Amino acid sequence: MSALPRRAAAILWKDILSETRTRQGFTAMLSFAALVLFMFSFAIGVDNDLLGRLAGGLLWVAIVFTGTLSLGRTFQNEELAGGTRLLRLYPGDVRAIYLGKLAGNLVVLAALEIVLFPAAAILYQVDFAAQAGPLLLVAVLGTFGFSVIGTFFSALTVHLRARELLLPLLLFPALVPVVLGSVGATEAFLAGDPLGRAGGWLRLLASYDVILFVVCLWIFPVVLEE
Amino acid sequence: MNKLTMLGWVSIALIAAGSVLGLAVLPADALQGEVSRLLYVHVPVAWVMMLAFFVVFLMSILYLVQRRLKWDLLAASAAEVGLMGAILTLVLGTLWGRPTWGIWWAWDPRITTTALLVPIYAGYLVVRSMSEDPDQRARWAAVIGLIAFVQVPIVYLSVFWWRSLHQPPSSPQSMWGVYGLMLMLGFFAYAGAFAYLWLRRYRLAATELELELSGPEEG
Repeated sequence: MSALPRRAAAILWKDILSETRTRQGFTAMLSFAALVLFMFSFAIGVDNDLLGRLAGGLLWVAIVFTGTLSLGRTFQNEELAGGTRLLRLYPGDVRAIYLGKLAGNLVVLAALEIVLFPAAAILYQVDFAAQAGPLLLVAVLGTFGFSVIGTFFSALTVHLRARELLLPLLLFPALVPVVLGSVGATEAFLAGDPLGRAGGWLRLLASYDVILFVVCLWIFPVVLEE
Repeated sequence: MNKLTMLGWVSIALIAAGSVLGLAVLPADALQGEVSRLLYVHVPVAWVMMLAFFVVFLMSILYLVQRRLKWDLLAASAAEVGLMGAILTLVLGTLWGRPTWGIWWAWDPRITTTALLVPIYAGYLVVRSMSEDPDQRARWAAVIGLIAFVQVPIVYLSVFWWRSLHQPPSSPQSMWGVYGLMLMLGFFAYAGAFAYLWLRRYRLAATELELELSGPEEG
């Protein structure tokens, strides 16, 4: 394995170890996501048809809200212990830090979605399983886009005062294509894609993912400079 | 009178000329009535706003390449004026939309994207205000200025697709002939005003930075 992926994997492994040893965040995150799903039902009412039609949108909003809380923690442990500087002092391309943290966020979000999709299917009475393959593709593209932008902005805001407020402020406008693409594709697939619109949304998602990934990766060293 | 002050006066004269022409000389639009006169300001201001955000992008790139604080201050000054332009565009647009479309807000891709520009560049300015170190501030701001410009066209495109799920956006009559000339006049007037405010703001920012760098002990 060449140096960059190896370094990224080392950072990913470090974060997975520290997360599994403490298990601070994940349980709280899952509970929060479940509460968001419940809140939607409380806000909208016990109208099963309506909830079923809105399921795609509600699910992605729950993912974005919960994911944003989790993103705030991406660099927090390092920041509290002064570890960002130490990470940067290791030899090699600092982009490995971005890639490792990005992979970490992907793992966390994937774990979240493994619980959240079935939970939404039960609570909102939609049949995700019938379209499992296409929906998996949507989930992968949407989650990747979210993590690419989210990891980048969490590195940018971690040193700032009021970062809890600034991260969503910077993140949400950048997520508009991701949210529209994911919700559009999810809803199209759930309806059996009668208008053939899902392909367009997937292409939008994929191209935004690639463009943002290239830009974020390229410019990331500037964010970590001191 | 220096060149910058002259530019300011020329812009004011052009804006005044445009206002007289638009309010008193030209007739109201046959379909839209008096409210169509708002477009003589709304459309040029929207163009100038886009110009301003393009300037933020260019200055951010220049900063990242050359690392001179001058470019950062120019970017931030353009962002402030651009943000003002975005808010003005939205306010004028909703005022025009209510009598013309019957609704204040239409989820049209242009409106939606313009509305999203406000939090994007507000975020840019808030991040700037959070850092005490001029170099760090410049670096973070340049990164946001660059990313914002990459994301905005795709945001527009995605909103356009999303919107086309429902019904095609109602669009105003395309305006040509004497109206086109009015829009050009408006564009030059407000572009001049933008350049004036931008460079004035830059001078102020440069003075502020000088003061900041000289340290409080001397003040």
